[in-house]
Amino acid sequence: MSSSLRLRAGLVSIALLAAFLGIWHLATHSTGPVATMSPEYAKLMGLTATQGKSAMPGPLDVGAKLWEHLRRPFYDNGPNDKGLGIQLGYSIARVGTGYLLAVLVAIPLGFLIGMSPLLSKALDPFIQVLKPISPLAWMPLALYTIKDSSISAIFVIFICSIWPMLLNTVFGVASVRKEWINVARTLEVGTIRRAFTVVLPAAAPTILTGMRISIGIAWLVIVAAEMLVGGTGIGYFVWNEWNNLSITNVIIAILLIGIVGMLLDQILARFTRMVTFPE
Amino acid sequence: MTDKFISIEAIAKRYPGAGGATTTVFENLWLSMARGEFACVIGHSGCGKTTVLNILAGLDAPSEGAVIVDGQAISGTSLDRAVIFQSHALLPWRTVLGNVTYAASSKWRNWDRAKVKAHAQTFIDLVGLTGSEHKRPSELSGGMKQRVGIARALSITPKIMLMDEPFSALDALTRGTLQDEVRRICLETGQTAFMISHDVDEAIYLADKIFLMTNGPGALLAEVVENPLPRDRGRTDLHRHPLYYALRNHIIDFLVTRSKTFTAETPGHDPRNVPLVHIGKPGLTIASSGDEQRQTWIPGTSPGLTA
Repeated sequence: MSSSLRLRAGLVSIALLAAFLGIWHLATHSTGPVATMSPEYAKLMGLTATQGKSAMPGPLDVGAKLWEHLRRPFYDNGPNDKGLGIQLGYSIARVGTGYLLAVLVAIPLGFLIGMSPLLSKALDPFIQVLKPISPLAWMPLALYTIKDSSISAIFVIFICSIWPMLLNTVFGVASVRKEWINVARTLEVGTIRRAFTVVLPAAAPTILTGMRISIGIAWLVIVAAEMLVGGTGIGYFVWNEWNNLSITNVIIAILLIGIVGMLLDQILARFTRMVTFPE
Repeated sequence: MTDKFISIEAIAKRYPGAGGATTTVFENLWLSMARGEFACVIGHSGCGKTTVLNILAGLDAPSEGAVIVDGQAISGTSLDRAVIFQSHALLPWRTVLGNVTYAASSKWRNWDRAKVKAHAQTFIDLVGLTGSEHKRPSELSGGMKQRVGIARALSITPKIMLMDEPFSALDALTRGTLQDEVRRICLETGQTAFMISHDVDEAIYLADKIFLMTNGPGALLAEVVENPLPRDRGRTDLHRHPLYYALRNHIIDFLVTRSKTFTAETPGHDPRNVPLVHIGKPGLTIASSGDEQRQTWIPGTSPGLTA
């Protein structure tokens, strides 16, 4: 029953994809009016003007270009021409560094706040104010203080991924069932051991959910951050290709950003399933 | 001189209420139990039964008064006092064995893994869960979960078992079996047990002494009823005992009417000297536990017995 449902859903997905590609192909295939012009001028104007080709690349153009990229993902022809593998690698490394730093800060701090009603109340106004700040708003401050664009990008990732993790950790830790805490208390389990044997496993699904939200936000933000700081990364690649007027490459980058984001989310989803316990 | 293994002395519990007023759940509550005794507290919701148990467990602190166990005033929780929770309170991410070893390794921190496991296994066997060691709580029925709760409580070999309506969430058949098990285990190990119950028959079957509490707020310990049934009573012939109905009627009368009216009708009630009620003819009753306690005699009303 469920396998047949999955099969049918798969078929519908493929049909939708085919329909989308077909419409895309038809929409960009049509030729517009061709102006007569001198050959010198035609060189400058490109195929759109000389052959009436659509300015928007079709699926076949994108496919061919994608294949080119996939065959040589790691080439490096200088600062403005690097393989997509290298660009994605930079972005993932930045996200990974900023995110891990955020994990190291948010989870212990969240534990502390969650276990102490005093800290929870005292820090709440700060968290409420800091949380809604767009991470990119920190960028000038980061660039001014850190004086390094790459580290500034990492800082932006750090600051944007810390909040969901922190808040979920606080919530998870504070809402551990009283009875489980009481079990530990009646067994005279010390605070540290209680934190690791009762609070952490009980709060883990909530914490992991926060981490999953964070990785999603971090991946959203890195593209924008790299557009600002420039140099390397998939965000920079998108902006650079826009400046090159290579819409094909922009579309490829968009596709890859989506796929990498999905993979990151799936990894966290798997971790979440590992720590989730049925009740 | 009575053997007061547990002595609750003049405890009170007050909560800050609305508008600066305080709500007194109970005050000046005195209660004592001998070693190896099984006591049951009966009363309506809100009379503070659970609070008394939590204070005994050390999970809650009294606003006034003290609790003395085995000659020492208690402060906080202790591995000497095990709690069986109403909602079993198993850690769902641990297996049956994991839940019991968690308790055992908390008591004996220097034991190695194998020793803890063997120790836990004996208690899992004792409650009849052999073969389910590696199941998680979510895979167990309600009765089996509560068995794990019992095994966990017993595994730390406590001096006192505290049970907060441990069987109230179970169906009647499972409840009966578990009551048998708890009774057998308590008799075998000479365990002192303090249990909260809503179920009159459960109290009659399990308890040596039944504490009757009036309605809260301002609840009182009204009477201590000695269970006249023999210690080797069985579930099946319990109701044939000549004093069974007298005892049952006495408790039900208390719950239905006297729990409401007791405070108004008994102005001279001395909370420190709660009347000890014996059911049946004076000659048939268990000897009184102390001269200072007032005695009340309730004649047996069963057909087979002349009062």
